[in-house]
Amino acid sequence: MSNRDDGIILRHTEGERVTHWALAIAFVFLFLSGLALFHPFFFWLSLLFGGGQFMRFIHPLAGVVLVFLFYPYAARLWRDNRWLPADQAWVTHMFQYMRKGYHPTDTGKYNAGQKLMYWSMIPIIAVLFLTGIVIWQPWIAPAFPPTLRRIAALLHAAAAFAMFVGIGVHWYAAYWTRGSIRSMVHGTVTRAWARFHHPAWYREVTGKDP
Amino acid sequence: MALQTLDIKNRSASTFSPPSARQTLEVAKLIDVSRCIGCKACQAACMEWNDLRDQVGLNLGAYTDPPDLGDQTWTLMRFTEDVVDGSFRWLILKDGCLHCSDPGCLRACPSPGAVIQFSSGIVDFQQEACIGCGYCISGCPFNIPRLRAADSKVYKCTLCSDRVAVGLEPACIKTCPTQALSFGSKQDMLDLARHRLEDLHERGFAKAAVYDPAGVSGTHVFFVLPHGDRPESYGLPRDPKVSPLVALWRSSVARTVGVATMFAVLVAGILHYMRHGPLEVPEEKGGKEGLP
Repeated sequence: MSNRDDGIILRHTEGERVTHWALAIAFVFLFLSGLALFHPFFFWLSLLFGGGQFMRFIHPLAGVVLVFLFYPYAARLWRDNRWLPADQAWVTHMFQYMRKGYHPTDTGKYNAGQKLMYWSMIPIIAVLFLTGIVIWQPWIAPAFPPTLRRIAALLHAAAAFAMFVGIGVHWYAAYWTRGSIRSMVHGTVTRAWARFHHPAWYREVTGKDP
Repeated sequence: MALQTLDIKNRSASTFSPPSARQTLEVAKLIDVSRCIGCKACQAACMEWNDLRDQVGLNLGAYTDPPDLGDQTWTLMRFTEDVVDGSFRWLILKDGCLHCSDPGCLRACPSPGAVIQFSSGIVDFQQEACIGCGYCISGCPFNIPRLRAADSKVYKCTLCSDRVAVGLEPACIKTCPTQALSFGSKQDMLDLARHRLEDLHERGFAKAAVYDPAGVSGTHVFFVLPHGDRPESYGLPRDPKVSPLVALWRSSVARTVGVATMFAVLVAGILHYMRHGPLEVPEEKGGKEGLP
């Protein structure tokens, strides 16, 4: 992680940012097409994907794209997402944090909320991928017994629901925490932002006390 | 085929208020297995009327041919060799869609109008609306729909909905030489089944039974089975019903609660922002490198 002298710190490299936004596009694509299949109220969304037939064809392919983007990306981030004793305090004070009544002074590159998001997405996307394979028509699904396909379809819907709730929180947290979206678009944050939100990371990057 | 839109009773993935200006007769096909001689005329008539030709395959050591239902084979004579009460029996099943009153395929289908149910009781696939997801296959307790990989559409017996709509009987009925197949109102067929059952009981088939499974609220193709105590021997499930997994997965309550929860996440975000505003870095007060 380099830092410059102009009061600006690089938080996300260009490669990370491009991968992140590619993932975001894949997620929105999958979520909207999945929602059309999930509830008839949203079937009209299939019009965004060239109709139901093409949507059904493209949804699993987009899922494979997401998996191949996500896991290499996650592999690059895991070191900064290791669970530390200090994270327990954040979880205990989570609701106070949301009311701005609590702000830890030892947060690393990611806070405990971000780490929870990170670690929950790893199994959720794995479940979506594996169950999606089992119900992938017309080529793969016939190889699996009917009961397994029924279990897979149910788990796929449940995991997609959990993923939406998680990503919904992620979107809001990014919007709520001013400077986050900038850091994922331009890659940089101000020194004051880094000191306030991620003091331990600030120390690590700049070698200065926050 | 679905020209008779006045008679549609239910359609997949739709909030649908069915037209009720006219009443149609609830129909049924009765398959009396005790009268079946296994000639496969029904299977040939089905191919003929629907203009279907399956691949010429391999002899797999049984009289059943082709080996399975398919996009070109909507009804199939299955022959099972079994020992019943100490003697050899050749059990014959005319396999195909049973046209359930509570069709699992229709419940599972996510595409509006790809599966429709007529007031006559016929359950029909509308291939032009089919998206090829195969959910109907998971929904069906009888393993009937077949997905054609070449066009990603599902196919099954239509109960000759095109013929029935203009007052004709299904092609298989037309051709059956032994009256193993009968077609008429559901009530008439139930009465006929009862007569056939009495006859079988007199002839010594004490366990003969009607197979009109209540787990799917009855069917519009149903059987008289000479060995009615063992439907599995024919290849029929003993107590078929839509799998609880499918019932939960496609439950409109569960799915609506799911959508409402997702919506609630968005609302919670808006309310939180209205109350607490954005989380901003506090104003810097100068000092050493602008410490807060």
